[in-house]
Order: sequence, then C-alpha cells, then structure tokens
Amino acid sequence: MEEVKPQLVKITFDGIEVEVEPGTTIMQAARKIAEADPSQSGLVPPAMCYYKPLPTSGGKCRACLVKVAQGSAKDPRPMPKLVPSCITQVQEGMVVENTTNQGVLDTRKSIVEFLLINHPLDCPICDQAGECHLQDFAFEHGSVKTRYEEDRRTFDKIDIGPFIQLHMTRCILCYRCVYTADQITNKRVHGVMNRGDASEISTYIEKAIDNDFSGNVIDVCPVGALTDKTFRFKNRVWFTKPEDAHRDCDKCSGKVTLWYRGEEVIRVTARKNTWGEVNDFICNTCRFDKKKTTDWVLEGPTKVKRSSVISANKYRADLVKKPDFSLKLAASQFKPIDDRREYVTDEETIRHQSIENNDKANHRSLLAKNN
Amino acid sequence: MARKILTEHINVPGIETFDVYRKQGGYTAVEKALKTMTPEEVVEEAKKSGVRGRGGAGFPMGMKWGFLAKPEGVPRYLVCNADESEPGTFKDHHLMKSIPHLLIEGMIISSFALGANKSFIYVRGELLYVVRILEQAIEEAKAQGFLGKNILGTGYDLELVVQPGGGAYICGEETALLESLEGKRGNPRNKPPFPAVKGLYQSPTVVNNVESIANMSWIINNGGEEYAKIGIGRSTGTKLISASGHINKPGVYEIELGVSVEEFLNSDEYCGGVRKGHHLKALVAGGSSVPILPAHLIMKTANGEDRLMSYESLSDGGFATGTMLGSGGFIVFDETACIVRNTWNFSRFYHHESCGQCSPCREGTGWMEKILHRIEHGHGSMHDVDLLVDISKKIEGNTICPLGDAAAWPVASAIRHFRDEFVWHITHPQEATRPGAVYQGEMALV
Repeated sequence: MEEVKPQLVKITFDGIEVEVEPGTTIMQAARKIAEADPSQSGLVPPAMCYYKPLPTSGGKCRACLVKVAQGSAKDPRPMPKLVPSCITQVQEGMVVENTTNQGVLDTRKSIVEFLLINHPLDCPICDQAGECHLQDFAFEHGSVKTRYEEDRRTFDKIDIGPFIQLHMTRCILCYRCVYTADQITNKRVHGVMNRGDASEISTYIEKAIDNDFSGNVIDVCPVGALTDKTFRFKNRVWFTKPEDAHRDCDKCSGKVTLWYRGEEVIRVTARKNTWGEVNDFICNTCRFDKKKTTDWVLEGPTKVKRSSVISANKYRADLVKKPDFSLKLAASQFKPIDDRREYVTDEETIRHQSIENNDKANHRSLLAKNN
Repeated sequence: MARKILTEHINVPGIETFDVYRKQGGYTAVEKALKTMTPEEVVEEAKKSGVRGRGGAGFPMGMKWGFLAKPEGVPRYLVCNADESEPGTFKDHHLMKSIPHLLIEGMIISSFALGANKSFIYVRGELLYVVRILEQAIEEAKAQGFLGKNILGTGYDLELVVQPGGGAYICGEETALLESLEGKRGNPRNKPPFPAVKGLYQSPTVVNNVESIANMSWIINNGGEEYAKIGIGRSTGTKLISASGHINKPGVYEIELGVSVEEFLNSDEYCGGVRKGHHLKALVAGGSSVPILPAHLIMKTANGEDRLMSYESLSDGGFATGTMLGSGGFIVFDETACIVRNTWNFSRFYHHESCGQCSPCREGTGWMEKILHRIEHGHGSMHDVDLLVDISKKIEGNTICPLGDAAAWPVASAIRHFRDEFVWHITHPQEATRPGAVYQGEMALV
C-alpha cells in the first residue's frame, strides 16, 4: 500500500514561508526554519518551560508568546491576544510575527523581568551558569536595569536524595521536572506545593527521589534549581570539554556526553540537541557511577554547538556594545574561553549580536543580507 | 415590585425541603422537559431565552451548549460551577442554601438537554454546610424518582455528584475546576482545546454557573421567548446582585436587568441608599475583579446617559470610563473609604490566589501587592504609580487564564480614576498612615 502523505501546511513566520505537517506547533515551524538555515536561529522564540521530549510541557512561562497576525487562510482575522507558540498549532495560511513585532519583543522583555524578580541572580556561584537557559534568555531579551525594589523570595536548600540538590530559590516553576517524573517513572514523588509565588517544587515529607532515572531532572532543569551533587562546585561548565561516548547499559541507551577537565571526567549528562533538549534519557548508573574514561567508548567531541552566552564568548568586550557596565567589566576581566573545537567562530555570535537589546534595524539588515 | 424568577419562593418556610418546593410548583419543569420535549428542544429554549452566563463572563448559555461536541460512545458531562469566591459576590451561596432544589431541578433539565448521565456540582470548599444541604436535597429528589435510573419512567438516567473544592479561588476558573475535579492540582489548562471538546476526563464538558442553571426551570415552564422579554436588549432575564459596603441594606437582590444603577442604589426596594450622612465615592459593580468606577461615572456614562444594571450599559465606554457587570458583586464605597487601601486589599487577594503556573501572574501579582503595601504604609515613591500601571499592562492578556486580568484591572482602574489619592499617599506619608485617614482632596461625590 502506498503511504499517504498528509497535505503540508504553509505558514509565514517573520516573513519567511515554511511548509510543515498539520498539527505542528508554531515553535516547531520556527525551529524548522532555523534548522534549514542556521543564520535564522535568532527567529526562534525562546522556550523556558516547553521541552519537546515532554509532550505535556509548555504554555506556562509565556516567554514564547508571538503575535498571530492572520489566523488562517480561511479566517484571516488576527488572534486577539498573543499566543504561546510552543503549544499553538499552525493553520494553513497563518501569518506569525515574532521578532518583527515590537509588541512581542516588549512583552518578552517583561517576561524576563517577571522571571528575574524572584531569581537570586547568583550566577557567579551557580553551577548552571554557562548552560543556563534563563541566563541566555535574559541576555538576549532582557533589560539591564531592574525596577524591582522588594525582597526576593528565598527558600532553604532541600536535599532530595544522594545525587540531587534542590535549590528552590532559583526555580522558575517550568514544571519540566514534574513532567519528566510523570513520563519516565511509574510513581512521581515530587511535585509543586503551595500556590502563587509561594509555590515550590518539593517532595512529600522530605522524601528522597529515589529511582534509576531520577538524575534526568537535572538535565531538564532550565536553571540551577536542580543540580548534580557529584558535580557541584567542581568546575565551571565553560572550562569543561564535552565528548560524546556510549556504553552498553541494560537500563538505558547508554548514549551520553562526558564533560572533561583535563583527563578527568567530572560530569556525565545525557546528549542534548541544538535546542538544549535531551535526546535520550539516561539512567543514574551511567550518570553518577561511571566516571572513568575506561567505562566508555568515546565517539569524539560533541557535535552540537554551544550557544550559551558565556560558552560562546558572548561577553567579549568588542561584541558587547551595551550595557556600559558590562563593557567595562568585560574589557577589564575578559579572558577568552579556550574552546578549540573548530565550529565556534565569530559568525555564530552574530545571532546574539543581532537581537541584542532588541536591535531591530540590525536584525532587519541581517535578514536582508541572508535573503 | 420587579419580577422575581429565582427568589420568588425563597421566603416560603421550609422551601429547602422537597415537599414544600414541590407544592410551590417545583419539578414541573423536569416533568415537562423529560416527558414532552427532546434534548434539542430544551437547548433551543435556552438559546431563545438569551440567558447569559452569570459567573462573570456573560457568554450566552445556549450558545455554549451548542458548541458541545457530541462524538459517539464518549460520555458528556455537565459541571455546575459553585466555587463562588470572588470578593463581594455571595449570590450563589444564598441561592444554594435557601432553595437547593431550584439548582437540582435546573441540573436535571440541563443534563437532559446535553445528554449527560453524570453531572457534578463543584462547591467552594469553605461552604461545607451547603454541600450537606445539597446532598440532602439530592437524596430527597432521588427518593421521589427525579434522580437516578429511569427518571419518571422516561428511560433517562442521571447521577448527580456534589464535590467540595479545597478552597481555592482559582478553581472557579472552568478548566482549573475540571483539573481539581479530576483530583489534580487546580491549575488552569491551556486553551484550546476548550472544555466543550475536551473537558472533564478528556470528554466534552459544559461548565455553567449556579445562577445560570437555576434559571432553566423557569425557562422551561414559561418558554425561552417569555424569558427574553424580561430585561433590556441582549441582557435578558433577571440577575442576582450581591450588594455590600456602605449601604443601608446590604444583601442579595434579584433585579430585572436594565434597572438603573441609581435606582438600585437608592431605592428602598434594593440597597436603600448610601448610609446616612455619607456620600457615594466609588463603586465596584461586578465583583472585585472588574474596574472600580468613581461616583460620577457609575451613575452616568461618559455620554451623559443613565447607567443601567446591564451587561452593555455597564461596559459602555470600555475600560476608560466603563466597567463590567461581572458576577454581580456590587460593592459601595463612601467618602470614608481609602481607595489605596482597598486596592491593596484586592491585590493581596489576587496575590494569594494566583496558582503560580504562568510567570506574569505568579510574579506580577506579588510585585503589585508589595508596591501597594509600600504606598499604603507610607513608603511609596512617585515612580511606583506608573510602575504599577506598567506591570498591570504586562500581566493583562499574557496569562493562561483570566486571573491575571482580574488582578490587573482593579489596580489599573483605581490609578486611572483615583491617581490623586495615590499621589497624596506618596507625598503625605505621615498623614496618610494615620489610622482612619482618608484623602480629602478634590473628588466628585454623589
């Protein structure tokens, strides 16, 4: 029998036409554009809570809100409110505005502000710095100053088992870890307690999260709220060198990334794709117990580009135009991060340069150049 | 005397029992609907009546019923939203405790119309005694053959379940209510899919307010067209208004939509006027979430027309000079009320009740409350006022559910209409923090 291919849906995203399968979300359509042409990766809406491997995630952080200027070819009316691109499905003839709409950029700026008002901004002592989605999001879309003068919400650190540290103060309540537990374990033992800005991720009566796949919540956490105790304060992410490796594991696929400092494996994580999403969830044995090179079959340096603001040298003095204080700071303290993998070139930093401070004009000229 | 639909027999002694309710003509509508009408005809009557959702949004109930998806082999549900927790609104509470059979009767008719064989009444957790009253009423109705298997020999089955909530305001939002009913954390769902397609247990579901459903027995007895004759324009029928604040006769009143605000406030039949020796300063017409209006704008619209108690008239002028009928929580403030303190109080409520799922509402409501707390306690600064307006704008429309809007509107409207009072609090912190001190500057009192 011949396979019937579904009719593709054509949408326009920031002036670029793309054809996707019906049922695709706006976010996935935008990612398709970026995957076809990496220079357009600045168009993709940021995702703080949405995580493709977790089908129930998304819609909560509101970072990916976009304007639908035309609902569909049949019903060309614009949608009255901004819609979350991660869970809104495309319609034939839909016209979506993301970086070309000032309202969207303003809203995104305010979302950064909302997410940061109760965030401790302790990046200098946070293990997640360098691969933190909130750090990247704030750098790309936020403003320099804060208008928040009140006390920040704080929590005590909670011990949830021998391998994972929960530092709720940093949490942005994306619910990813909750959905991870729902998806890969039979019985979830942690969840969200309380409500409003007092809500916190916690286990019921200080119970440890104890199952073979508990370590994956560390990988899905976009911020430094859930960190690996075996890696805590060992090193900065940007000084480590990722290598893909695998081993025969009876519990998981065994495909991991080893993070080297010199000759020593100081951390093992699941492999992530360009969007920071885990390809295969890995078991705790692979993650926490196998920290010798001899345990693994090496495959060579990780192919996925590092895109975080620190790892990709975004704080280099000549690249940071604004804000002034970072310029000074960067100029006085900048040391280039030694990452000898050849694909890290200045070309890739253009993405951040272009959307920095919502510099639309710059972005448009970039679009023109690429078209 | 204005026409009463819901509260006509409310003062009859023993009306909460089946026998007395039956003697007053109760359950005749169930007999009429189940024995002589098809479900489609009942839906048609609801559409003709033009009755609009009484929970706050004012969406036509018949139209909502029409959207219900009807796939084969999938159960459909009717859920009655009795999670009334908006500050200033207490009409459903009054209706359910005084005349529970009216709701039960409406539930039977509505469930029949929608083809639901299991229906739920989700009651606010604090009203546990009302749960007992409703369960008692359901037992009585079941004993008389109006509930259970093969109702009145028509072959229609209906099971009615009363479920108390955990006492969260957010569970009054229909999708959060469904989550809570399923036994989960009461977080609102992203829409679409709407409950009419995927609601309770992923089945098509209709969620209606108590008052909307209670109207059904009258509509069936007298016809939808007759109902549509009451009221004004597209605001048909009667509405229960919960009147509170600085008035002589606080309480729940049933009005025909279209009564003027002035009449409702001042006539002895209703509120009986602002308390003696005082003047109206401001008014919240539809529960704490709708914009607050100063005295001169609530009596007359910006065009100088009389403001009426109807969906259209109250929202005349948009949010610049208008408000909303909302759930009918009529809160009256005289000149002794401090608007800043009141706004802080409302804001504190929304901060406490935000579910914390989406970031603008979780962080924004707390931020607004903290700033208002500062202003009220004499530590405000001038840029706080504009900051509040900006925060409310950034929350509004960017959240999953309407709680974000509900938190933003009272703050934005209070600053829009009473900016001087906020400024006075900031520039005169010592005077403003004195107990009982209220801004005495220029303001329009009525």
